[in-house]
Amino acid sequence: MSIQEYNGGSVVAMVGKDCVAIACDLRLGNQATGIAMNFEKVFPVNDTLYYGLPGLATDVYTLREQLRFRVNMYRMKEEREITPETFTHLLSSTLYEKRFGPYFLEPVIAGIAPPTAANPNPQPYVSTLDSIGCITTPKDFAVAGTATDKLYGAAEGLWEPDLEPEDLFETISQTLLNAVDRDALSGWGAIVHVITKDKVITRTLRSRMD
Amino acid sequence: MECSFGITGKDYVLLASDMSAGRSILQFKSDENKIKELGPHLAMAYGGEPGDTNNFADYIERNMRLYHIRHHHALLPHAASSWIRRSLADSIRSRRPYSVNLLLAGFDTTDDTPHLYWIDYLGTKAVVPYAAHGMGMHVSLSTMDKYWHPNQDRRDGVDVLKKAIAEAQHRLSIKFTFNAIIIDKDGIHTVDLAAEDPIGKIEAEKAAKAEAEAAAAAAAAAPPAAAPEASAPVAAAA
Repeated sequence: MSIQEYNGGSVVAMVGKDCVAIACDLRLGNQATGIAMNFEKVFPVNDTLYYGLPGLATDVYTLREQLRFRVNMYRMKEEREITPETFTHLLSSTLYEKRFGPYFLEPVIAGIAPPTAANPNPQPYVSTLDSIGCITTPKDFAVAGTATDKLYGAAEGLWEPDLEPEDLFETISQTLLNAVDRDALSGWGAIVHVITKDKVITRTLRSRMD
Repeated sequence: MECSFGITGKDYVLLASDMSAGRSILQFKSDENKIKELGPHLAMAYGGEPGDTNNFADYIERNMRLYHIRHHHALLPHAASSWIRRSLADSIRSRRPYSVNLLLAGFDTTDDTPHLYWIDYLGTKAVVPYAAHGMGMHVSLSTMDKYWHPNQDRRDGVDVLKKAIAEAQHRLSIKFTFNAIIIDKDGIHTVDLAAEDPIGKIEAEKAAKAEAEAAAAAAAAAPPAAAPEASAPVAAAA
């Protein structure tokens, strides 16, 4: 078993109509043994930008602390909030710094940039990276973690273009729950964030506890 | 082969560890204390590679003490857990990592809440209501799943601990002896697992200590009783 699958856990993000959603399970394991059912893998950067870090749990903490530092430095130097595109490149270079001793994580990013003069109508944004920072920016959905293969199947079947926030919530929730129920290393509860231009809806899901 | 448990309750946290020390199938010692007090309301049960364990535990203990001396208050459990986790996370990517797993238990005196952290040698941290390390993870987690419930009192907590220990002793081929502590608002107390009523024993000790302190305070207050007579005229003059 690879080190990326040591603790288990999965993340999925989806694009909707003027909204994005990102969700994760809550399991923290030690190989097949379950340790905790309150381990969130999705974290906010600001009101319109979230990222998920499935993979090795020690690196989840370490990279999260590193990113908090770098985003705060960006915020102070630039005196504005970071956009999803810029954050993706920040994360990419942070990961590539450790090219020959990487963090064992596959980050997923979801957000909508606030409108500016240069970009009055920003589009919903989802992207994923590999453990050394190679960026992929899909137009529909992004999956990562130990249930990746199951998430692809469920998302491929359920996702459709231009979903409204409530429909997107239902789609991402069903995708995640049905995928993690088929994965022994993911599950034990889930949490979903739906990001719209003016608010974020966060809901905790109950799921199979086996 | 080692085994440790941690259990939180309404206003306390229990920590127990086996006391064996040895190599592979040989047991050299059966009374090794593998629970370290890190502050007035903080302790950890540790295990792993012999040598690494004691060195790392001492390193943590002295740094916690240093923080206490510099800032005139001890690090709270959450902050201590972050610092210890970071120490292990830095260590795992160093030339010679510490191979130490630990359960960190503490009582936050600012909001009267018990805290328990499951931390392994990789720097993985889990915030948990009850936990086990070592062989206990395989045999006794399900026992704690079944009998633990939120906000249980001290005696129920000790009962769950005794059940978990009984399961470990029943299922594992090695015979373990355990020592245990309880951390509450008054600090760290030793739990005598062999006693009929370990909690009653701790409460009796607490009461006896309070009585002795009250007597000492009264004795200290008594001698200066003569002094006010001498100072009284001065006060009157003022």
